Amino acid sequence: MPIRSCSCRDFTRSELLRRGVAQAGAGLPAIEPGMPTPAGTGLSRRGFLLRSGGLALSVYGAGRLLEPHAFEAGVAAAAQSPAAAGRVLVNVYLQGGIDSMSVLYPAGDPLYSQYRTTLALAAGAGPVFTEDPRLFWHPLAAPLAQLHNEGKVSVMPTIGYTDPNQSHFTSRHYWEVGATQAELMTGWLGRYLDLNGTADNPLQGLCLDDSLSPALATAKVPVATIDLPSTYSVWTQGVWGPPETVMYDAFDSLGKIGVGSRDAGMIQSGQAALMTSTLRRQLLPFQPADGASAPPLPALYPSVSDEFPARMAAVAQLLGAGLPINCVSVSTQSVFDTHENQVPAFEPGLQEAADTLLAFQRDLEARGLDDRVLTLVWSEFGRRPQQNASSGTDHGAAGCAFLIGKHAAGTMIGEWPGLASGLDPLGNLVETADFRVLYASLLEQWLGQEAAPIIPGAASMARAAVVK
Amino acid sequence: MPETAIARRRRQKPATVHGSLPVYRGRFEAAQAERLLWRAGFGPRPGDCAKVAALGMQHAVLSLTRPASHALVGPAPHVEKGQPIAPYDVWGNDVLWWLDRMVRSRAQLIERMTLTWHDWFATSNEGVNSQRLMINQNRTQRRLCLTTFPKMLTAMTIDPAMQVWLSLSGSTKQAPNENYAREMQELFSLGVGNGYTEEDVRQHSRALTGWTNSWNQATGEPDDFHFDPKLHDDGVKKIYHHSGRFGWRDSLRLLVHHPDHPAFFVAKLWSYFCPEPLPAADAKSAAEMYVSSGRQIRPLVEAMLMHPLFYDGPRMVKPPIVQIAGMLRSIGRYIDTDSWAWESSLVGQTPFYPPNVAGWDATRWLNTDTWLARFNLTAEMIKPHRALQPGKAKVKGDPVAMTKHAIDFWGGPLLSGPTRAALAGYARAALDSATADWERQQYPALTENALRALVVASPDYHAC
Repeated sequence: MPIRSCSCRDFTRSELLRRGVAQAGAGLPAIEPGMPTPAGTGLSRRGFLLRSGGLALSVYGAGRLLEPHAFEAGVAAAAQSPAAAGRVLVNVYLQGGIDSMSVLYPAGDPLYSQYRTTLALAAGAGPVFTEDPRLFWHPLAAPLAQLHNEGKVSVMPTIGYTDPNQSHFTSRHYWEVGATQAELMTGWLGRYLDLNGTADNPLQGLCLDDSLSPALATAKVPVATIDLPSTYSVWTQGVWGPPETVMYDAFDSLGKIGVGSRDAGMIQSGQAALMTSTLRRQLLPFQPADGASAPPLPALYPSVSDEFPARMAAVAQLLGAGLPINCVSVSTQSVFDTHENQVPAFEPGLQEAADTLLAFQRDLEARGLDDRVLTLVWSEFGRRPQQNASSGTDHGAAGCAFLIGKHAAGTMIGEWPGLASGLDPLGNLVETADFRVLYASLLEQWLGQEAAPIIPGAASMARAAVVK
Repeated sequence: MPETAIARRRRQKPATVHGSLPVYRGRFEAAQAERLLWRAGFGPRPGDCAKVAALGMQHAVLSLTRPASHALVGPAPHVEKGQPIAPYDVWGNDVLWWLDRMVRSRAQLIERMTLTWHDWFATSNEGVNSQRLMINQNRTQRRLCLTTFPKMLTAMTIDPAMQVWLSLSGSTKQAPNENYAREMQELFSLGVGNGYTEEDVRQHSRALTGWTNSWNQATGEPDDFHFDPKLHDDGVKKIYHHSGRFGWRDSLRLLVHHPDHPAFFVAKLWSYFCPEPLPAADAKSAAEMYVSSGRQIRPLVEAMLMHPLFYDGPRMVKPPIVQIAGMLRSIGRYIDTDSWAWESSLVGQTPFYPPNVAGWDATRWLNTDTWLARFNLTAEMIKPHRALQPGKAKVKGDPVAMTKHAIDFWGGPLLSGPTRAALAGYARAALDSATADWERQQYPALTENALRALVVASPDYHAC
């Protein structure tokens, strides 16, 4: 039993759908062809409120519900469409530019110990990378080695782009928008959702964080941000019963006033209000009832003080509950910007990330979701091969990325270029794979979306084999 | 603001400080005063808007930029059970220490500019690990907040918290650390990729070498930050086409004299006051004012607060910590709990903990997480004794009057007609849901409590 488990209540797909149908009103199609309409469909709203044992459902009185609850109907409809059982991409960002030469360290490269005078690890200290015996996994990255040995990890040892930018914010922006264009304001997954999502399902692009991941920023369709589903609750003082229940309709009416104004600040508030209202309804089943204890998770997540493992566990739970989620974005809370005294900062972060990613994969496998989910792990750049005098490393260029999942091709994309000839004039690693090629390949091979409308210049790019 | 201070402001002749920037000539009433007090301070106390409006625009601005008093007015901060705060030592009490100043300071703009500089030179205790160093940096930012940018940049470069945060301390000739050299150009002075090269980053980092510190054996905190010439690279550097044996002061001098710096400075400073960019001609004039004044901050701030776009332009979403301070000010509450330390993280802005060296993203304050957290703030604001007790509180069941009461609870923020109608509509629906006698007795108080939360969740309140 993990110490730090997420206290969400686990829900089976049919239970969730029953709730969705019950909340959304009559007239929705049957859940899946041949599947009986679940018990509970058509319950009166008041009855539903009573049955849910104190859960403050936002529904009260039948007549005026449908219009402000259109999102709810949208989610319920999406949950019943084939897309809800479709493929999911989980986008995991390692903050700060992780030192790829410490994740997969080139102990077999003759120059390694000269560049990393104090940071170098000995050959064999960690598991050998089976596709290139010059490289070794950091001992704390052994969980990734394990998944790699099972054929579930595609490793990109030196991924980046030409004319690398060494600003955290610029390089991260490039990765997030899927192009080396500073002015792009939508994320690459946001543009995918704009073409493939619906106007009424914010869960299609879900960010577990305290702010929206720019990779999910859309131009048209809604996406959502939550911290953790179990903490998504409304606090009031001296408000309960029907005055509380109808208060949630006021979220919608205030939101509409904001969205209907011509002022960008008011619109931002209004959009957030409408999304909050929708998301609150979607996540009601995850609010623990009074006195309910958290069920055990099917995989062992690390117990650390930050929220990354809990958020990844929540992703598996939300997917397991059948919510109509297509793209997810999560970022580590560990920051890998190791300018000085690298080892004590780097190692706990790496350990937490690797342990969590293994647990997440095992969780998906236990829930039978591993056929549907691929996890992309990236960072804005790698670090300079030559360590600095503070026993740290400065911003570099190309770095590492990983694609994890049962259907990841499991073979290296790009290669380790070697320190003798693989550096640019500034002493940074030159990329042997391009992140835009990776994105274009993922869009086409995993998400079934032609890359050209999403990734600028995709038409003339090569493709990598990323999926098996 | 007390009458005496207003009288003093009126007697004080406004200096000619606005240079060639246009000056707002429109009405200056409660709405304009409200905007000024939210953007150049932490919101009005009840009655402030009318008083400030009566000053007229120019005197109102000068009352903020040249405050007659820096006093903290009201009871000293404490946490539960009356315990005094320990800002250096206890988790979260650093946040309370500053929030208290935001709430109580008579020099509202000074606190607001301190917040601006905290965002501009964003340093996080996540990396510094010393509330003492963070608060010392904060004091420096407050002291210099309206002086000159070169003074501020110099002070921040040698500031111990900054030196820890961006690895300047310990950057030596043998291996210069590029962290500070990069961010001082990218984020503090020029803008990303604007007028410098990767080689400039490297050369600046050489010029900046030589800072070091020791460790206090007793506290385990970094201590004794100083420049050691032995660690400094005194070779020739080439920065922006200038060559010389540059040291750290040269590095900063070259930076503030970089031709692209004034435009960056003006645009960034303006962005803290208005979401829409200055018109190009005004930005150019402001950059000229900045250079000709010796890179002073106060004259530019005054000109910006008098600019027509400040009053006529779009609304601005209140930064979360500004809204928290303003809510406290409007209900006459002072720091009496440590809840604000963690509530601030839920709404997305914990002072002393910016998300990264670029500061907070002020274009995306509100999302599904932070909107709900702002809504939830009210529960803490009115707890425990401000909440109306059902059955005890006398609330007349009139939706319009109840809405007005709820707005007045927060000092009477100006809300649009549609928003007031939506709030009254809620009150009507909530009251109508009562069928039994006991419900008709209790629901008005419950409804009034909910209305208070809805007022400050409205789009007009979020953006001013």
